[in-house]
Amino acid sequence: MLTKVIAFIAVAITGSLLLYGVADFPSFGDPNSPANAGVEGGAPSISQYFITESYKDTKVPNLVTSVLADYRGYDTMFETVVVFAGGMAIFAILRVLRSKEEPPKPQSRAETFVHGDHNRIIVGTTCKLVIPVIQLFALYVIAHGHHSPGGGFQGGVLIGASFILLALAADLKTALSRLNEPNYIRLACIGILIYAGFGVLCQILGGNFLDYGVLQPVLFTDGPEMARSHSMLGVEIGVALTVSTIMFAIYANLASRGTLNEGL
Amino acid sequence: MIFSFDIIILIFLVIAAVISLSVKDLLSASMIFGIYGFLICLLWAEMGAVDVAFTEAAVGAGVSAVLLIATVFNTKRRSSD
Repeated sequence: MLTKVIAFIAVAITGSLLLYGVADFPSFGDPNSPANAGVEGGAPSISQYFITESYKDTKVPNLVTSVLADYRGYDTMFETVVVFAGGMAIFAILRVLRSKEEPPKPQSRAETFVHGDHNRIIVGTTCKLVIPVIQLFALYVIAHGHHSPGGGFQGGVLIGASFILLALAADLKTALSRLNEPNYIRLACIGILIYAGFGVLCQILGGNFLDYGVLQPVLFTDGPEMARSHSMLGVEIGVALTVSTIMFAIYANLASRGTLNEGL
Repeated sequence: MIFSFDIIILIFLVIAAVISLSVKDLLSASMIFGIYGFLICLLWAEMGAVDVAFTEAAVGAGVSAVLLIATVFNTKRRSSD
């Protein structure tokens, strides 16, 4: 009880300090705040630069994607590495590689999902209809991330969620027969290698790491701007591969206590 | 940015946060945490940050709730404090 009181006092003090700090912030969407208007007499602010110049630089209408995948490419690359490292940490902690008791299963539930089971027919049919739609939408989100909200992270999570939905509706074995363990680890590594490969390719062609403009002769585009746009798509595909496989890997290890035998 | 809509979402957000911390059943706590993620997603979409809202809808309200529930099923259901 005493610890709860002490914790409440600590939270109250921290919260009031935070609220006190927030009181000095400029109001939401204020065009005259330093972040939006820049310092008086100085250079234009960074948000002004992104709003006016990012389309000329990259030919990507979605400002968020251009900032995320191009101007702050390092940040996004290491975010992907963080996701990968999280998945690998869960794998290292939970995965049981040699389980002693392996109960023999004459008929797994994987077949009953396909051939119809009275208890599962509603869930199974719904998932059969919904999962392809989720995956198509995920591909759209990845490929159309330049023009509309979305990108590698969101599309990757959607693909991972479709596999998790399959594992929840049918069985973990059914989902793992679509994407088995060696393959998802391989795909996760390939995703990061795609991202880093774009950076290294830029270095080979004489630019900085992740400076996509120099990729123009390799990608056969009209100018360095379009090369940046296309490289962003390639990078997003790498992010999506890593994120989707790692999401499914985390679920598979958590739900089966690391044995990958039977899920929830 | 609609002020009254904001206030409604923020009130529900605080309620969801307090309930998910205080409830003893960890399965309900993780479900309510999913609701909390969805409310934050609504708040961001309403403030115009559509990309962040999309990420939160996919990660916070979708996958992380499933991961929490998978963990609850494999550990124990009741909170100890």
